[in-house]
Amino acid sequence: MTDKPFEGWRLSRRAFLEAAATAGVAMAAVPLHLNAADAPVALHKYQPEFLNVDEWAFVMAATARLIPSEGEGPGARETRVPVFIDRQLAGKYGAATDWYMQGPYDPSASPDRGYQTPLTPAQLYRQGIKAVNVWCEKRHGKTFADLDAPIQDETLTSLQNGRLVLVPELSWFFSVLLANTREGYFADPKYGGNHGMQAWVYIGFPGARASFKEWAMQYNKPYPLGPVSIAGKRA
Amino acid sequence: MARKAPKKDAVIVGLGWTGSILGMELASAGLDVLALERGEDRETVPNFQYPNEMDELKYAVRYELMQKPANSTLTIRRTLDEVALPYRKLGSFLPGIGVGGAGVHWNGRTWRPQPEELRLHSYVTEKFGQKTIPDGMFLQDYPVTYAELEPYFDRFERMAAISGKAGNINGKIIDGGDPFEGPRSRDYAMPPLPSTYDASLFAKAAKAMGCHPFPQPASIASQSYVNEYGMQLGPCSFCGFCERYGCYNYSKGSPQTCILDALKRKPNFAYKVKVEVLRVDLAADKKTATGVTYFDHTTGEEVFQPADIVLLCAFQLHNVHLMLLSGIGKPYDPATGEGVTGRSYAYQTEGGLTMFMPDQTFNPFVGTGATDVVITDYTTNRIDLGREGFIGGSSISAGTTNGQPIHSLPLPSDTPTWGKGWKKAIKQWYGHSMSIGSQGSCMAYRDCYLDLDPTYKDHFGRPLMRMTFNWQDNDLRMTQFMRKKIEAIAASMKPAVMQSSFKDKGAMYDVRPYQTTHTVGGAIMGADPKSSALNRYLQSHDVHNVFVMGAGAFPQNIQFNPTGLLGGLAYWSAHAIRTDYLRNPRDLS
Repeated sequence: MTDKPFEGWRLSRRAFLEAAATAGVAMAAVPLHLNAADAPVALHKYQPEFLNVDEWAFVMAATARLIPSEGEGPGARETRVPVFIDRQLAGKYGAATDWYMQGPYDPSASPDRGYQTPLTPAQLYRQGIKAVNVWCEKRHGKTFADLDAPIQDETLTSLQNGRLVLVPELSWFFSVLLANTREGYFADPKYGGNHGMQAWVYIGFPGARASFKEWAMQYNKPYPLGPVSIAGKRA
Repeated sequence: MARKAPKKDAVIVGLGWTGSILGMELASAGLDVLALERGEDRETVPNFQYPNEMDELKYAVRYELMQKPANSTLTIRRTLDEVALPYRKLGSFLPGIGVGGAGVHWNGRTWRPQPEELRLHSYVTEKFGQKTIPDGMFLQDYPVTYAELEPYFDRFERMAAISGKAGNINGKIIDGGDPFEGPRSRDYAMPPLPSTYDASLFAKAAKAMGCHPFPQPASIASQSYVNEYGMQLGPCSFCGFCERYGCYNYSKGSPQTCILDALKRKPNFAYKVKVEVLRVDLAADKKTATGVTYFDHTTGEEVFQPADIVLLCAFQLHNVHLMLLSGIGKPYDPATGEGVTGRSYAYQTEGGLTMFMPDQTFNPFVGTGATDVVITDYTTNRIDLGREGFIGGSSISAGTTNGQPIHSLPLPSDTPTWGKGWKKAIKQWYGHSMSIGSQGSCMAYRDCYLDLDPTYKDHFGRPLMRMTFNWQDNDLRMTQFMRKKIEAIAASMKPAVMQSSFKDKGAMYDVRPYQTTHTVGGAIMGADPKSSALNRYLQSHDVHNVFVMGAGAFPQNIQFNPTGLLGGLAYWSAHAIRTDYLRNPRDLS
């Protein structure tokens, strides 16, 4: 991984303030026995492997609305979901290595015919983010990342329900973004998200413990232990 | 030009459950056997070992153990008028790949069909009349009876380490088992797995309504076990990583835990991995096969492998694809109703109901693939099909398989899909819901079939297979009947919120959400060579030294998981090959 400061990082004012604020929240939420060596680079200093500056700003902003920091439980920022998404897009998932990607394509096919766009997930983000930003500039005079949270929520809602019209090739953009955000929230921390297993702690999933024979018949009794990760860390 | 390899007595295409069974049976009979597997080799250690296996993203979301559509897929359309589009990314069904095949990533739910399901055409016409069968439905008897298969079901169940409770031993109904199953010659090898809390609540409610709950028969060891091949299994740890995963604990029945280490010791058995069979080669008269041609992904060479017997043991869809590519059996044509290969593709008709119960704590991560409690009170042999107006039935069950949060976190349907409302709901409901599911039969129809696609090709330049399938009124009526039964049981459990998901009239097949990998048919068994590709011994009617294993042989789908039936059929076919075909190779029908 390339968790080193990102020289070309152009941070929007709003994103900077949020990053600074959530860094504090994240520090407070990370259990003490995760030692200092585990503390990753701050999100605003993270150097993306795939996403460019504008795309990173979009993913930071959008995921923070999909799973916000406010209220009980960690948000996408605290769990480092943007890092997860960046790494997934840089790898074989982003390149759709496992999928059948030969034409002819029918991107206008009804959704229940499955994924029929010629775009890989990486291309979907690249073109989708550009299209949403163009729409936001036209409507609000700012890119998505620089909009206020309520307007961002409104924009994401329009993207989800199709009022923000994209070309058919991009019709999967929102559902892929949402799916990847949830994946980054709940996947094992080895993929860069679910930092400190905070999402597992929050809902009560014990991660890779995976041995519960004596618990099968203990009815209506909460399991007492917190999660472990594949790397053997506890939270 | 393909290199010619030294001849083998038998070549096996695909090393999953049926390939491993046939490999063992034929190698034990003294044959020189070679198995060809296009995926990777896999062993419990290192491939399924703790803790690397406990990786939801890799296995359950990115489908590490499944066939990659980039390498092999098919196209799908719902009606004859639609243009079929590729199944580009996995969704509705998940064919496995690699040594062990689907036997690695299954849940271990092991059933026999009801005796009536194997003679369904006769049962329906005798009891309810010919008029019960709707136009366009291909209803057929299996060309083998339950009584004939009983010893082979038993053999498979003993081999695959089933934990369960018999409900009918030689006609005597046993309390606590499935009272509506066919007679068994003896009880299961091991006692049933314990039931999780949700399963116990369902059992109580179902019993109070007059139903007959019993524990799901599971190819998951409930205690230490040694099978006929000397393979050892240990008791299940309820790890909650079963379906879509290999078992780290040597508890789930699989080719790895039940057959392969014993088979690999036989000097007359060999297997190759990363070799992809491109076609079965036929003699000039097309009455026999001369062997198979495969592509070796390691060396990049094409090899002709001569063999006296060819056994197609790949996943159902791949077996049918190979038959179509090789010219085995006349391809089925829905316009004329003629042809056999690809005829009668069927799926399964499933439904489910989720109950949200804030006062109950379920620990959803404590589970196995098969700790369910099941009722068979609404199965094919229990329903007045004439009165209800459909053919078929469902097994109905509840139990915990996993609590993996990316793909198993049910929420009430009015929950926002993102934002603070979603975040609040995931904590509120995680561990406070349970589901009841129905697994229903799916009949075969004139317009549901498999053929070669006219447009799309794989990376060898071969046409992809094309699936034409849609939900039909008969099966939709059946699943709506189940909805009413399940809702009545669920309502008696007084959940705070209850939501049903059952397909209704007019439903179109949606390839996106996972439904089931119990795809069947396309190479069906039957007495009449004009309407079936295989005879009662799973032998090709047209090419007598080709035998085709697996669920492709089912003339219509059953209301249970298919592995018990296809495992029994594999032993039945192996027995016919060993005791009859080898001494006089010919059409056995």
